[in-house]
Amino acid sequence: MQLDFNARELTIKLVYYGPALSGKTTNLQAVHTLVDSQASGRLMTLETRDDRTLFFDLLPLSFQAGGLTIRIKLFTVPGQVIHNATRRLVLQGADGVAFIADSQIAETAANREAFLNMQENLRENGLDPDQVPLVIQFNKRDMPNVRSDAELDRMAERGKEPVFKAVALRGVGVLETLLGLLEHTFAHLERLHSLEAKFGLNQAVFMNEVRQRLEPGRAS
Amino acid sequence: MTAKNGQRGAIDIALGDVAKLEEVVDREALTQVCRSFFELFSLSVRIFSSSGVLLADVHEEQSVCRYVNSLAGGRDACRSVVAGVRNAPPSMEIVTHPCFTGAVYRIVPITYQGRGVGRIVLGPYLPADTREVPAALLAVDPELDQNEARDRLAQMPRVRTETSDRIIEHLRGILDLLLFSSHRAHLTSEMHVASVRESFRELAEKNDRLTAAYDRLKELDRLKSNFLATVSHELRTPLTSIIGYSEMLESGMVGELNEEQKEFVHTIFEKGDQLLALITTLLDLSKMDQSAIRLDRVPVDATLLLGDVQANIAPTAKKRDIQVETQVEADLPHLDGDLVRLRQVLFNLADNALKFTANGGRVTLSVKRDWIEDETSGMGAVLMGGESTPAVRFDVQDSGIGMEERELARIFDAFYQVDGSSTREHGGAGLGLNIAKRITEAHGGRIRVTSQVGVGTTFSVLLPIVAS
Repeated sequence: MQLDFNARELTIKLVYYGPALSGKTTNLQAVHTLVDSQASGRLMTLETRDDRTLFFDLLPLSFQAGGLTIRIKLFTVPGQVIHNATRRLVLQGADGVAFIADSQIAETAANREAFLNMQENLRENGLDPDQVPLVIQFNKRDMPNVRSDAELDRMAERGKEPVFKAVALRGVGVLETLLGLLEHTFAHLERLHSLEAKFGLNQAVFMNEVRQRLEPGRAS
Repeated sequence: MTAKNGQRGAIDIALGDVAKLEEVVDREALTQVCRSFFELFSLSVRIFSSSGVLLADVHEEQSVCRYVNSLAGGRDACRSVVAGVRNAPPSMEIVTHPCFTGAVYRIVPITYQGRGVGRIVLGPYLPADTREVPAALLAVDPELDQNEARDRLAQMPRVRTETSDRIIEHLRGILDLLLFSSHRAHLTSEMHVASVRESFRELAEKNDRLTAAYDRLKELDRLKSNFLATVSHELRTPLTSIIGYSEMLESGMVGELNEEQKEFVHTIFEKGDQLLALITTLLDLSKMDQSAIRLDRVPVDATLLLGDVQANIAPTAKKRDIQVETQVEADLPHLDGDLVRLRQVLFNLADNALKFTANGGRVTLSVKRDWIEDETSGMGAVLMGGESTPAVRFDVQDSGIGMEERELARIFDAFYQVDGSSTREHGGAGLGLNIAKRITEAHGGRIRVTSQVGVGTTFSVLLPIVAS
């Protein structure tokens, strides 16, 4: 997080992590299509080869809330194993992580490996994997040979983090994941930095503004 | 929470932000865009970064400005307007800044990813609906010629507010694209450098860990050698007594033994002797580990040496019906070497050959002249390689079981056994070949092996002939 008192500006960094081809970039593309165009900047794709991310994708969102300019930066990491150094760099200073898992049963090991890799890279960046706000998205729910919803729900109960189900290609579950992560992240930042005491920005105001920007049709 | 100076680079990458417009955009490209607008609309365009740096400036001094600036009062008034434009407080809205001439400047914020990064200043131009020459212009200096001021003001470009809004919108759009592409290129190159640096750091750390592990292994190896030396020495002392006393018993020094007792004592003596040989080998090895091998060099007759080895293995060979053949080239020169050590090497190879040859097989011992080739290879070997050295070559060839290609690379390692199982057929500590290699190399020679499974193995020892 970056807080500029003079400019009354709060920047939050969220990283989409996960195994290769799990749909991290697709998530960002869907967010870009779905959110209010006033709030979203251009989706920046940094270096691709054969449609695979080499460095990262970046989608900036920005809006006003509680008299502050809120800037949210959504990043993806390259999923391929060989790009670990890049993944570690992109993870620097992350305020929250959305782990995009591939629902296909055959990808279970790849999910697990990427998750362990994420924990290790968080530690390498001086972040505590147990403290960093995390949500997990099971993407590609429309594929055959995936774990059943009931099975996922049962497994999710054993973990601490919110779990979302998605079909990112069709935009299903994408905003829910992002909203869940933002809610989780804001609560964490509030605990660390007392944003409400300093700026009068509380979670309800923040989330309401976020919802208006991200899902104009569904705002409360 | 704002970035400290020293860390700014890292934080730019971490957040993917544009820290300073001037570090990201190409001024040349920016100026070209401004020039094309100027050519289309005859409007001056200037672009400033948020820190006030002028990044692009395409303008033409207006006739009225030139005139006003020639008068003291006009100069002051103009300076104050320009300062007002330059120092206008940051705003997210478009600001129209008036000039005393009746002209206006439009100050347009450049925002990128939700943050103000600079401003465009458009103008001065005269709003299209201006009819009168403003009093402020006429009163700017007592020496001002009103007619001239009026004529010159009329030459200033006139733009309608809606048109200027459209121009601004267009200019902003182009700048945004330019900024986006520049930012992407900037981030890409930063990421390239950062990724390479990060990979390098990772590798350097791994190398450090490997070096530490290697050092530790070396230290352990040294400790192992010390241990071997101590243990071998300690084992030898009581063993010498066992061998000595059993030998005395067998010779009847302390009374005649019956046949069975003799046989038992003989077995004790023989096995004790075998054990002593093994321990001596171990001791040899650890000595070699600790220091360079010391050679007692004397002139060595290769033919005699080979004969000696043949004589040594002949009884065993005969017992197992293995034919031992020797081939000796005539007029071989003498070698300068340690006779005892060289005999140890060749005997060891010959003994091995017997061990791995089935009963009724054949072992060939031969000696001839050859060359030790310089082994420099790869690019420029022809330039880098030294000369070949004349040598005497001993070959020990068997018709035994042979070895796989992958085994050959390792057989000279200490303790290596081709058949590493506990139930293996052939005895030995796995040290003979390692010792043979060390002795050969201490002589400046080379040891080689070629083998074919089921056909046999040939060991070659090449020793340099030193010109007398």
